Amino acid sequence: MKYIDPHIHMVSRTTDDYHNMALAGCVAITEPAFWAGYDRSSPQGFYDYYRLLTETEPKRAAAYGINHHCWLCINPKEAEDPAFAREVIELIPEFLDKPGVLGVGEIGLNKNSKNELTILEEQIALAAKHNQLVLVHTPHLEDKLKGTKLIIDAIKRNGTIDPGRVLIDHVEEHTVDLVLSEGFWAGMTLYPDTKCTPQRAADIIEMCGTERLWINSAGDWGHSDPLAVPKCRLEMKRRGHTEETIDTISYHNPMKFLSQSGKFNAG
Amino acid sequence: MPPIPLDKQQVLDLYFLEHRAKLLDLAAFLDRYDRAGGAGDFRIEVFREAVKILSEDAPERARRVQEAFSDHSIEPIPTAPGKGAVGAQPPAKSGGTPSDAETSDSNGRGAL
Ligand SMILES: [Zn+2]
Repeated sequence: MKYIDPHIHMVSRTTDDYHNMALAGCVAITEPAFWAGYDRSSPQGFYDYYRLLTETEPKRAAAYGINHHCWLCINPKEAEDPAFAREVIELIPEFLDKPGVLGVGEIGLNKNSKNELTILEEQIALAAKHNQLVLVHTPHLEDKLKGTKLIIDAIKRNGTIDPGRVLIDHVEEHTVDLVLSEGFWAGMTLYPDTKCTPQRAADIIEMCGTERLWINSAGDWGHSDPLAVPKCRLEMKRRGHTEETIDTISYHNPMKFLSQSGKFNAG
Repeated sequence: MPPIPLDKQQVLDLYFLEHRAKLLDLAAFLDRYDRAGGAGDFRIEVFREAVKILSEDAPERARRVQEAFSDHSIEPIPTAPGKGAVGAQPPAKSGGTPSDAETSDSNGRGAL
């Protein structure tokens, strides 16, 4: 059995995690640019981070037989200062042609503020201009429903991006239909406390089907589980789902969406 | 669409004990809250409303619990007050920020 974890922040994880993921069947991952747990003090901090994502991390992953890919952006948690964010956005095009860079992400909203929305719109435009795939972060907890609606409206307002080239991540029971009904792809993040558990993700698959839907661990520096994808596979298996359904959600669907970049390699 | 392959008996056999334990956790949490001193904040009221949904004889309880905790306003807010979320939307009028709950962590507990 092999699987893809299409959203995981390996710069925050250890080599033991890579080892355990490889043992569990992980063959490829994609790592969106995100908040490091502190605000960077300069755009140069992001430049260094993009080098980490495009140069260093792929080598670390390769040592475990895992193909590493990434997404670049300024995340919404550091987008409250538009002038600062625009300086960061100017750095991104230089990296877009590098091998393993799949698109722009994870852009989105955090607290649903006006400045966050402005910077989201500008990064949607950046993706459209460079014909990039888009990976979108939706807000946490009480902010998710409103933020998901604002994000969908912003992408539709841009009007030049095919929804089939956009994955809107961290969907839960109250947002998955909004995303899928507009033709976007949807990601379910498996977290111990917030977002989806493996059981609830399996429930959503049973209610919504497998089309344009994937699962990921979003493992990072917080309380999270880099083996969440194989644990959800196991949950589906013990309910009696077929290998075909399990592989669709954890391998073939990520492969289908990510291959649109022309750069995705599952080995 | 892959419907749930289990029948009701199998769902009970597979999940009953686990969710019996989770129900006790909920009950004990509410007892713990009652035993504690101080005033608390709006989150407990939202929580109590959400718990009522569990005993309704209607489908999509999980979605409705999610909606009970959600901000239903439409317009973007003027500026982000911080980075964290607390898990429930304060009533429009009373506001009231939970004392230490909103952290600079990305969602109060995990990250992205
Ligand atoms: Zn993330």
